[in-house]
Amino acid sequence: MNPGIPLEFYLILASAMFFIGVYGFLTRRNLITILMSVELILNSVNINFLAFNRYLFPGKLDGHFFSLFVIAVAAAEAAVAIAIIINIYRRFTTINVEDVNSLKY
Amino acid sequence: MEGKQIMFAIFAIVIVVFSIFTVTSRKILRAAVSLLMVLIATAGLYFMLNYQFLAAVQLTLYAGGIVVLIIFSILLTSQLDHKFEVVELKKTIFSALAALAGFIVVVTTILEHSFEADTAAATEVNMEVIGKSLLNTGSDGYVLPFEVISVLLVAAMIGAIVIAKKGSPVKEEKSNK
Repeated sequence: MNPGIPLEFYLILASAMFFIGVYGFLTRRNLITILMSVELILNSVNINFLAFNRYLFPGKLDGHFFSLFVIAVAAAEAAVAIAIIINIYRRFTTINVEDVNSLKY
Repeated sequence: MEGKQIMFAIFAIVIVVFSIFTVTSRKILRAAVSLLMVLIATAGLYFMLNYQFLAAVQLTLYAGGIVVLIIFSILLTSQLDHKFEVVELKKTIFSALAALAGFIVVVTTILEHSFEADTAAATEVNMEVIGKSLLNTGSDGYVLPFEVISVLLVAAMIGAIVIAKKGSPVKEEKSNK
């Protein structure tokens, strides 16, 4: 517990991080930077889980394990996404989403 | 008490400033390094919340693993001195408006509710508790998601290898036209 720091501070910080990630997801045109925006979004959700767990249910550990599993899923997702990005780069020699516009040819 | 507030302010400023750098920087490697700073500051927040195990996982898996993976793929796919073109003004304005509208809705919803912190004694999160919970089938057990995650990790590993390995030479030639 952190006296002097209300739960709302954590929630507002996490939502700021979430919507900065959304902004990046909408404006970026490079696949790797889009992936980085998604990582920001996932990370802000983890902060929420842990803050709720610590402040509202300190006797339980559900939020803790949820964020542990979110981190594991994020790692798997990043590995597969980067494999796809490298494959796209090999075929199109670019990873700009606007130049990758054919599925099959 | 005062010290904790100062630490929280520092972490919050680092997170917000470097998140904005991550999504606006025109050099891709700088964006990746800003992402690293954000993830480290997040680990600091976890330490402040007294979840030492998860902070260590955050540092090793996110800051050590995913960022290195991203930097490797940047080095494989981009020219380092390449700068992204400036985003069109119209797109910037509309994206910023969408993000800002969402942020305002979420923050007003948060502030409408009053959260009363539970003052019950916190369970200590040490390795014994974590290990017993992860492999427990009872009401506080997480053995099912634990096993599902292990299957997911194997599937992701095999999938990444199959996707990223070189195809047959005929396909490679076709793709060059």
